[in-house]
Amino acid sequence: MNENMGHILTVLIFLPMAGAIVLAFFQGNDAGVRRIALGLSVAAFLFSLPLLWNFDASTPEMQFVERVPWIPSFHIEYAVGVDGISLLFVLLTTLLSPICILASWTSVTARVKEFMIAILVMEAAMIGVFVSLDFVLFYVFWEAMLIPMYLIIGVWGGPNRIYAAIKFFLYTLAGSLLLLVAILVLYFSGERTFDILHLMNQPYPAAVQFWVFWAFFFAFAIKVPMFPFHTWLPDAHVEAPTAGSVILASVLLKMGGYGFLRFCLPMAPQASRSFNEFILVLSVIAILYGAYMALAQTDLKKLIAYSSVSHMGFVTLGIFVFNAQGIEGALLQMVNHGITTGALFLLVGMIYDRTHSRLIADYGGIARPMPRYGAMLGIFALSSLGLPGMNSFVGEFLVLLGVFMTHAGLAVAATLGVILAAVYLLWMVQRILFGPVTKSDNARLTDLGTREMAILAPLVVLVFAIGFYPDPLLSLMHASVAHLLAQVNAAAPLQFSEVWIRP
Amino acid sequence: MTFSLTDIGAVLPEILVAVYACAILLIEPFLPKERQDVLAYFGFAALGLAFWATLRILWADLPVMNGMFILDPFANFFKLILYVASAMTILLSMEYLKREGIDRGEYYAFILLATCGMMILVSGADLITIFLGLELMSISFYILAGFKRFEEKSLEAAAKYFILGSFSSGILVFGISLLYGLSGTTNLQALAAHLHGAELQNPAWILAMILLVVGFGFKIAAVPFHMWAPDVYEGAPTPVTAFLSVGSKAASFAVFLRVFIEALGGIQADWRFLLIFLSVVTIVLGNVVALVQTNIKRMLAYSSIAHAGYALIGLIVGDALGVFSLMVYMLIYAFMTVGAFGVVMLLRRAGIEGDEIRDFAGLARKDKLTAFAMLIFMFSLAGIPPTAGFVAKFYIFMAAVNAHLTWLVVLGVVFTAVSAYFYLRVVMVMYMKEPDEAVQLAAAPGVVMVLVVAAAVVLLLGIYPSPFLDYAQQAVLRLH
Repeated sequence: MNENMGHILTVLIFLPMAGAIVLAFFQGNDAGVRRIALGLSVAAFLFSLPLLWNFDASTPEMQFVERVPWIPSFHIEYAVGVDGISLLFVLLTTLLSPICILASWTSVTARVKEFMIAILVMEAAMIGVFVSLDFVLFYVFWEAMLIPMYLIIGVWGGPNRIYAAIKFFLYTLAGSLLLLVAILVLYFSGERTFDILHLMNQPYPAAVQFWVFWAFFFAFAIKVPMFPFHTWLPDAHVEAPTAGSVILASVLLKMGGYGFLRFCLPMAPQASRSFNEFILVLSVIAILYGAYMALAQTDLKKLIAYSSVSHMGFVTLGIFVFNAQGIEGALLQMVNHGITTGALFLLVGMIYDRTHSRLIADYGGIARPMPRYGAMLGIFALSSLGLPGMNSFVGEFLVLLGVFMTHAGLAVAATLGVILAAVYLLWMVQRILFGPVTKSDNARLTDLGTREMAILAPLVVLVFAIGFYPDPLLSLMHASVAHLLAQVNAAAPLQFSEVWIRP
Repeated sequence: MTFSLTDIGAVLPEILVAVYACAILLIEPFLPKERQDVLAYFGFAALGLAFWATLRILWADLPVMNGMFILDPFANFFKLILYVASAMTILLSMEYLKREGIDRGEYYAFILLATCGMMILVSGADLITIFLGLELMSISFYILAGFKRFEEKSLEAAAKYFILGSFSSGILVFGISLLYGLSGTTNLQALAAHLHGAELQNPAWILAMILLVVGFGFKIAAVPFHMWAPDVYEGAPTPVTAFLSVGSKAASFAVFLRVFIEALGGIQADWRFLLIFLSVVTIVLGNVVALVQTNIKRMLAYSSIAHAGYALIGLIVGDALGVFSLMVYMLIYAFMTVGAFGVVMLLRRAGIEGDEIRDFAGLARKDKLTAFAMLIFMFSLAGIPPTAGFVAKFYIFMAAVNAHLTWLVVLGVVFTAVSAYFYLRVVMVMYMKEPDEAVQLAAAPGVVMVLVVAAAVVLLLGIYPSPFLDYAQQAVLRLH
């Protein structure tokens, strides 16, 4: 099975890492730093493409697996591999990293070297999170990611960056630490191992599942972020530099959903089944509340941040209905959200670079001086609100289909969120792009340049490609999702009498 | 009592360190004032030779000196930590003493004597030997804390430490005398043999145990016996603070473990509850009070109190995994703490030490290397991977989960999140604030060397801890 692929995942993790180390000792000017960082992240992207071609979609098995003992006395391994659930996230990460570097080409001028090092370390850690097959290794990457992200927000962010950075760090750390407790409990509950595959395939006593489920829930719900743990997100998004917002929205939030799918469902299937309606309700609240809050925002980044809360609600909604449509829709929704919301943050960054304002009120009639910008913002806004023929429609439709089969009422409520999304997004587009140019300075704005169009082009292609023909992506997931579902649906919901008896 | 040549070989490291300390005292009056730093090299020589002598008997496992002293891999593990901590302290001190105008040779003699005391402490197999080591260490530290004798703060630190320290020693001796009265012996093994059946009914055992907890609790600065720590840490010369928080803590934990697990293992159920209480209040108070500190040395003092709380969990668990986790914790704690104090020493404001947290403002612009080293130490103290601090906490928590103390782990992780706030604040000030021109960095190649070594070890232990863990596992305390 893919023996000929060598150490592709290890290369993917260590290439950006090596790049960061090279940059640390690099003595040249900022232009050189940018080129090295871009070159390495593009190389990582190119290296990741063969994953797609050589991936065997017919099996739920982990592929491209590598195992090296790391701390043998405690059975901790350096173990990596991908399956149909993690593959797309790895590709999303490698695609967005060069885009983030390009997006920071002119907007980051202070301490460029440190910034690029932080982005590259971040990329390595994010890939590490998605490919780890050892729980300790996973945890190391998961937490290590906080350090560069904290610095990206805190050093290169906006005026209120210090508050936002600390809030982001403490929120996610608090959740992660409970995850650590869960990892240790799982280690001692079955066979003494941190091997994720092993841990997924052994049953746990009801009490263990109960507590582990809640630890997982807090860790991943904060990351997603689910209502009511979302309050760090608007702050972090608003203050982060463009590249930071893109990484946050496109990759970091996905780790919450990934965590639910990879750990929570397989390792605590009974508890997941018992509490799924609780999570479904929270998800619908997030969808409606996020959309409602987005309506009221005057700051562009905040608007998109709240729309993220709303869109990620569909992800958790899809995951916890436990059918193939829901979960595949959730996975696709995560990819789509990564593409579309990432692009929206890039667009906000582009206009901010020109005017240094993110307030909707400062714009109006921008489509006239900037027609290309208008087209791009239009495309991604429509994609975000789920227009048929574009990517988000497929994901949201599948999720709603899945939910309708089991919880019709919730599906109806969630559909309201789609309508609200159309309202706040179209209203935003209208206020920014159309009408007369309200501020005379805005009439002299320059349209998007070649670099900026080059950043957006691949994302536009993906928006339509996934929108019209999502099957190649969905077929990558089928086997893994079916395997996961078989495992979850075989489990009976927890009996509460079992939980309160100590194991 | 008889002495044999094997006994001499077994205590050769202690003899070497003590002889060099005396040699320094003898040579010091004959050296001109400006050449006093030559004596630092005597210190390195002593520690190097002791290191070598310890390596020769690394895996020996036998009581010597008629059972007063024990030579085992457990003691040797701690001795190696002590040599490294002591050598780093001397390296930190060389330029510092000159700058502060306290460059007198006896400083190095007291560092060596304190080291010698700690070595006796970790190897003590008899309560009398242990008391001897404890006092040798403490008295040296009383003097070292007041070494900046022109400065009020330093004198205050010394006086406080001396008064409270003597008091706690008195309580410890009281506990020891009770144990002697109950069992007729001060030997740890003989004590253990006594603790069976009917003996347990006598409440005096519990009283003696409580007195010992107070005595040792003072040395490791566990709440509520921590009052001295912030003032002493702030007032003492910074290299002494570093050594105090690393060396004295590691040695005290080693002996705490040996006495409680080996001698008082029979009444584990009784002391366990007490130590759990101690650990909880230490973690909570240490971390919460550290939040509001504005002085970096005081903040590190409370952080060191909190770390003692985490390390106590290893002792509470008390099985092989617990002891192992405590050993790893002390090893890692030594490097990250010495490193953090090293950075503090580099900052100068108006000719004196810049030890306020705001003095770190903009350090990342002024000196990237130092700031990055401090970033590593802070994240490590907060326990964020891939630094060594994570490995340390990981095994402590692992041991506790294994011992069904999951609730204690949950409490521990919650307060780890709290602690991240004040460690992160230092990083924030360094990286996200504008530099303060009044604060300058001292030129100190010795300190920079310590920083580089400590940061490298913290990263190495975080990324590839396996060899160190294997060594610690083999050196775990074996019951005799």
